[in-house]
Amino acid sequence: MVETQKKLTSFEEAVLPHLDAAYNLARWLTRNDADAHDVVQEAYLRAFRFFGGFNGVDGRAWLLGIVRNTSYTWMQQNRSPGISVPLDDEIYEIESNELNPEALLQQTADSRMVRAALEQLPVEFREVLVLRELEEFSYKEIAQIIALPIGTVMSRLARGRKRLQQVLIHQKHVEVIN
Amino acid sequence: MSCHTAQALIHGYIDSELDVGQTAELERHIHECKTCDIVYRNQLTLSSALRDSTLYFAAPEDLKRRVRTSLQIEAKTKTTRKQFGWGWSLMAASLAVVLIATTLWKFAPSFRSSANEGLVAQEVLADHIRSLQMTNHLTDVLSTDQHTVKPWFNGKVDFSPPVRDFADHDFRLYGGRVGYLNNRVVATVVYQRRSHFINLYIWPADPTSDAKESSLQLQGFNLIQWTSSGMSFWAVSDLNSVELQEFVRYVQQ
Repeated sequence: MVETQKKLTSFEEAVLPHLDAAYNLARWLTRNDADAHDVVQEAYLRAFRFFGGFNGVDGRAWLLGIVRNTSYTWMQQNRSPGISVPLDDEIYEIESNELNPEALLQQTADSRMVRAALEQLPVEFREVLVLRELEEFSYKEIAQIIALPIGTVMSRLARGRKRLQQVLIHQKHVEVIN
Repeated sequence: MSCHTAQALIHGYIDSELDVGQTAELERHIHECKTCDIVYRNQLTLSSALRDSTLYFAAPEDLKRRVRTSLQIEAKTKTTRKQFGWGWSLMAASLAVVLIATTLWKFAPSFRSSANEGLVAQEVLADHIRSLQMTNHLTDVLSTDQHTVKPWFNGKVDFSPPVRDFADHDFRLYGGRVGYLNNRVVATVVYQRRSHFINLYIWPADPTSDAKESSLQLQGFNLIQWTSSGMSFWAVSDLNSVELQEFVRYVQQ
């Protein structure tokens, strides 16, 4: 009894403060409030069960790894779309509309536009962008969380940003037409 | 440095992941190349736009409560299991007693009446409605994990109710609770489809009861009752009868 309570107390101290980060990631991955609730709750239960395997260093990164896996399981069970990534390796090719900094600046001024654009990205790009820009993890930490090499993190970030920029510029065009 | 290389390094530069040498080289290139400078500034714009705090989903207050509660239940469940390590032999013993009693009962005269069933249906429905009216009374254990819900019933009811998740078929396990119905303690497993909740009541069947499935409608709710593997089941929901039937098929499988 005392032992379990002790475990619960130290777990709550190490992991509960990262609830916002857990919810933020789950919400961006599932794109749905109710699903994010369930995922976070499930992830915390899993984390508690696996707490013995936690090395005590970075509770946030450790927890987010579990949140990510729980989200993926959830999305597979609920047949959520968008887990595959179409290949486009020509990521460094520049398009003329990308060379207009004013247009992009205008687009990004509206955070609703940015939110909508990020939500449209395939989940692989979305997760690295959220982990990098919203949670400010280093490449190395992101690589740990998504369990992939640093090189993959780098290329996904680059491709994700390029796509995001294209989506934002495209949104602009749609708005003008309407 | 070529533009191709420079643009590949821009991301690492923005993210402070380049070494000193690469940083210096890239800065020199950006200074000299107008195109790469624009690409760099665009990425910088994008990066700072993403750091807008309105994009961050902070956890709602009630989620914190839910997480803490489920952790406490989880911790208690573990304690209970540890403390009552001998629970299984006790359960086996009581099962034997139940078996003997059941056998004896079989030879007793049957006086089951449909009037009694009607009363049970009323009781079941009243409990269903009550569970939805009172906040936090739908579940005592809130979990989508059958391996959390099933062991939770240990020590709370004197039988082992079947608990399975049918999330694959869009009937999500939502939790469980213990109630008192038909003059005995019953296990209730709660499922959800869209915004509809299904209460599945389970208790050891009266040996004289009919295994035949029956369904009825009361006050706009659908109820389906059946007996299988020695257990009485009642499924109640405001879900339409077709979908509730579908749910019952999965339970019976």
